[in-house]
Amino acid sequence: MSTKIFRFFTKQKQFEQDMLENGMQYSSFYGDSLKRLKKNKMAMFCAVILIAIILMAIFAPLLAPYDPTYQDYSAVLSEPSMAHPFGTDEYGRDILSRIIYGSRVSISIGIVAQVVASLVGVTLGAIAGYYGGKIDSVISRIMEIFQAFPDLIFAMAIMTFMGKGMLNLFIALGLLTWVRTARMIRGSVMQLKEKEYIEASRANGATTFWIITKGIIPNCLSTIIVLVTLGIPNAIMYEASLSFLGIGIQPPTPSWGNMISAAQTFISYRPLYSIMPGIAIMITVIAFNIFGDGLRDALDPKLKN
Amino acid sequence: MSETVNQNETPLLEVRHLRKLFPSKAGFLKEKTFIKAVDDVSFSIMPKVTLGVVGESGCGKSTMGRSVLRLIEPTSGEILYKGQDFMKADGAELRKIRSEMQIIFQDPYASLNPRMTVGEIIAEPLNIQKKFKTKEETRERVLKTMEVVGLNPKYYNRYPHEFSGGQRQRIGIARAIALEPSLIVCDEPVSALDVSIQSQVLNLLKDLQESMGMAYIFISHNLSVIKHISDRVMVMYLGHVVEMADKNDLFSNPSHPYTQALMSAIPLPERHSSRKKIILQGELPSPANPPSGCIFHTRCFMAQDICSKEEPEFRDLGNGHMCACHFCEKCQNQ
Repeated sequence: MSTKIFRFFTKQKQFEQDMLENGMQYSSFYGDSLKRLKKNKMAMFCAVILIAIILMAIFAPLLAPYDPTYQDYSAVLSEPSMAHPFGTDEYGRDILSRIIYGSRVSISIGIVAQVVASLVGVTLGAIAGYYGGKIDSVISRIMEIFQAFPDLIFAMAIMTFMGKGMLNLFIALGLLTWVRTARMIRGSVMQLKEKEYIEASRANGATTFWIITKGIIPNCLSTIIVLVTLGIPNAIMYEASLSFLGIGIQPPTPSWGNMISAAQTFISYRPLYSIMPGIAIMITVIAFNIFGDGLRDALDPKLKN
Repeated sequence: MSETVNQNETPLLEVRHLRKLFPSKAGFLKEKTFIKAVDDVSFSIMPKVTLGVVGESGCGKSTMGRSVLRLIEPTSGEILYKGQDFMKADGAELRKIRSEMQIIFQDPYASLNPRMTVGEIIAEPLNIQKKFKTKEETRERVLKTMEVVGLNPKYYNRYPHEFSGGQRQRIGIARAIALEPSLIVCDEPVSALDVSIQSQVLNLLKDLQESMGMAYIFISHNLSVIKHISDRVMVMYLGHVVEMADKNDLFSNPSHPYTQALMSAIPLPERHSSRKKIILQGELPSPANPPSGCIFHTRCFMAQDICSKEEPEFRDLGNGHMCACHFCEKCQNQ
């Protein structure tokens, strides 16, 4: 991925040099997509929100007014005030600070789980799609077995089996979502390998490695980008659900899911305690979904003009 | 160039008894059947000559073209390239022969990788074959090739989706000639283009043949196109070659009933022309279960008892005019 981005930028530089020195015209594929994305106001708005949330996660210690685990027993379950804008929880911890720190959990889980799922999913999906036959049958059956379990129950089973903790949560969510990626990639690889330009490469004596890296992966790249962006909110939702059920992130580490879980006892007495982390989840998930949709529209060459 | 029967020269490509069977999906408890896409095709092609291949949809022309390049692995048969056994070649040897055989595709929209620039597309064969050591040399060759096929070198850094069908086909041709091959399989290269563009592309192919001396296997279902470009013509029906002759010989003296039917379907420019149209009855039989005897007898207007029983021999009527029919001579006099 990083070499691809690097290549994209060096290519762009070469294009500009050619234009200035030799009077050549150039067009850039991802540049056009970016132009289309910029026209989509809603997606750009969501992109701004997402950047803000990611910055919030990175700079949490600077932004949070309190240490999220600091317990102030003189202000237990306090009302919203100047000192505590969203109030405090049952141990006297500042809810705003905990929500800010909670974004770290959600964002990192969303991204890492998707990276794990994409690595596994793209590799297996591409192998199944490209080679077909028996290899495809074996991988497809494995995917079907994974899909036969209800998602949440499956994640709960893995978590109880492997024990609680951040690392195990990454693995559980990765195992849960790779099938979707693998299926999509398998489908597009099966379609792409029949294309005539792949045949042209083969007629020139290209190796399998050449065909996959030059012919197939660049054409799958936009699918992968979209799958990752739309998969992140999914992972965030699962994390929240698992933490709510008490088998995800363990207190005192704040996560939006376990905050809602702890707040349900006080929902009629301090509604803001459960509403605020809920809103945080909602904003993040909606922003990722709308941005992902916008990205898909922008990258889809069929929608071009 | 049309004097193809020069016995002293070794043919560029010799194909003997080429056969390609596709296994059709066998159902549960059902016998496995094969679709005979190409059945016992033999021909040879001299350097710098165009062999036209004509036939209706589904007669196996494209499969034949791709089997010759081993893009589809043939089931059996022999392919000799300059006397070298192409069927048994692999590794470096295969790669070397592949650099001398190229293909131009029908659909100019599907045959160019949308994520590569024009320059990268044309450079791909050069890079795969590691023709040049430096990037500058490759680039120079690509720019030269673009000029040869009539593409403005200004477009070097543009992506194929910005071009029209005709220009895209030129990009495809540039990719095919970049390595200066000696044989190009043209798989219906103009049938997806506008009529006005078709002649431009055909003339480009002719000019390239003159300047670079390549042989073409030119596949088309359009007889006028075949007549324009070919030196020798092969007529296919249901995976078999039914007639093969030099162009003028074939067009002036078609000897197989199927060829005659095809010829009669060429539209004439004159009004009220008196030529009788031969309209074939019935549908193309399934290649999974071809008719016995002569494969054409189910639709032939001259069929007799012998046709359903005995397979006609593919025989020489003189002058290299080959025909597979029991009644070629009778046919010719009609």
